[in-house]
Amino acid sequence: MTSNASIPPKPRTDVNPARIYTLRINGREDETILTVARQNGIDIPTLCHLDGLAERGACRLCIVEIQGSPKLYAACVTLVKQDMDVITDSPRIRDYRRKILELIFSERNHVCSVCVVNGNCELQNLAVKLGMTHVRYGYLNLTHAVDASHPRFSLDHNRCVLCLRCIRVCKDIEGAHTWDIAGRGIHARIISDLNQPWGESETCTGCGKCVQVCPTGALSEKGKSVAEMTKRPEFLPYLQMMRKEAEP
Amino acid sequence: MSTPSKSPAEKMRIATIWLDGCSGCHMSLLDIDQRLVAAANRIDLVFSPIVDTRTYPQNVDVCFIEGAVASEEDVEKLHLIRSNTRRVVAFGDCAVTGNISAMRNRFALQEVMQRSYLENATHQPRTPDRDIPHLFDKVRPVHAFIDVDLFLPGCPPPADAIFEVLSALLEDRLPDLAGRVRFG
Repeated sequence: MTSNASIPPKPRTDVNPARIYTLRINGREDETILTVARQNGIDIPTLCHLDGLAERGACRLCIVEIQGSPKLYAACVTLVKQDMDVITDSPRIRDYRRKILELIFSERNHVCSVCVVNGNCELQNLAVKLGMTHVRYGYLNLTHAVDASHPRFSLDHNRCVLCLRCIRVCKDIEGAHTWDIAGRGIHARIISDLNQPWGESETCTGCGKCVQVCPTGALSEKGKSVAEMTKRPEFLPYLQMMRKEAEP
Repeated sequence: MSTPSKSPAEKMRIATIWLDGCSGCHMSLLDIDQRLVAAANRIDLVFSPIVDTRTYPQNVDVCFIEGAVASEEDVEKLHLIRSNTRRVVAFGDCAVTGNISAMRNRFALQEVMQRSYLENATHQPRTPDRDIPHLFDKVRPVHAFIDVDLFLPGCPPPADAIFEVLSALLEDRLPDLAGRVRFG
């Protein structure tokens, strides 16, 4: 290096701090708060996040505080940046997480005792983890359909939390895009193809990836009774690794 | 939760009640087995489906309420319990969430009655219309009606969790339910 070599200008964090990422890991600067926290052994509860799927930010259970901002941020979709001071656990965060979870439980009909994944459910486990012993809101008791038209799988809207993992895995990993979402707000629900029964879907390949990534008993294998089904979403990072290795 | 702790000679007055549930939680209570025998000389079971008493007594220390709330009679019982009991425990998923008992909530009461007493009846189909309490349209958990001091989820709650609650009450401390209970 010669003495007259230009010195790279220091990043001006005062101009637009949000645009300047100074934290780089393995040449990447697109790490989320969630990724960095988990890499460092800091636990943040999640429901819609799944390793291997694109982030959605749907459930908001991973909310964190960032010092200097009154807002709460979803850790799964917020990128880390310089001087960011993140709090992942506080009475305020715990309170909101619990409220979110209670609202999820009150919205549809999550009756754990008669569920196919009782004992193996991410929603049920979150209630234990977050210390949610009861729901303070009134249950909506809405009527939701069960679609059992597929020969091997069934969809119970009563147990769906709209994490949209099924949509993401079908679109991005399987490449079929059988699943999508219809309706807004309280009327939102998962649909197959153009809102037709799953069994009549022309795009569904029957791969079952959606069933394995579903965190609750909403998507399940037929022939399984109460507490008889275990989901195996860990195939996903493995599958992606194998695909990457197979690339020329 | 604070109550003056009992002297060893003074037994803790415990009640249990069974609203809209299957009695599975009471079965789980009995599953405490021999530990229950050890605790028996420190507790006085003053009211329960397994005790021959018809009226709810006054000055009860703890009441375990199994089952959800589905009728005006249930609500009357709850208010009677609350006004005569220091600590109320929502005992099991039906009491805590409504659970199985509340699964009829997505249907109209009329449909439920029709299905239960007429369509599925093989002998003398008739809808009960007298002498029994009128059912609410919706089944709701206990805390929708009265203040609850402790929630003990589970369908049924495991015997270990019930014993922990019982022990904690006897020792006048907060029960440690971490890892011991879950819904379902």
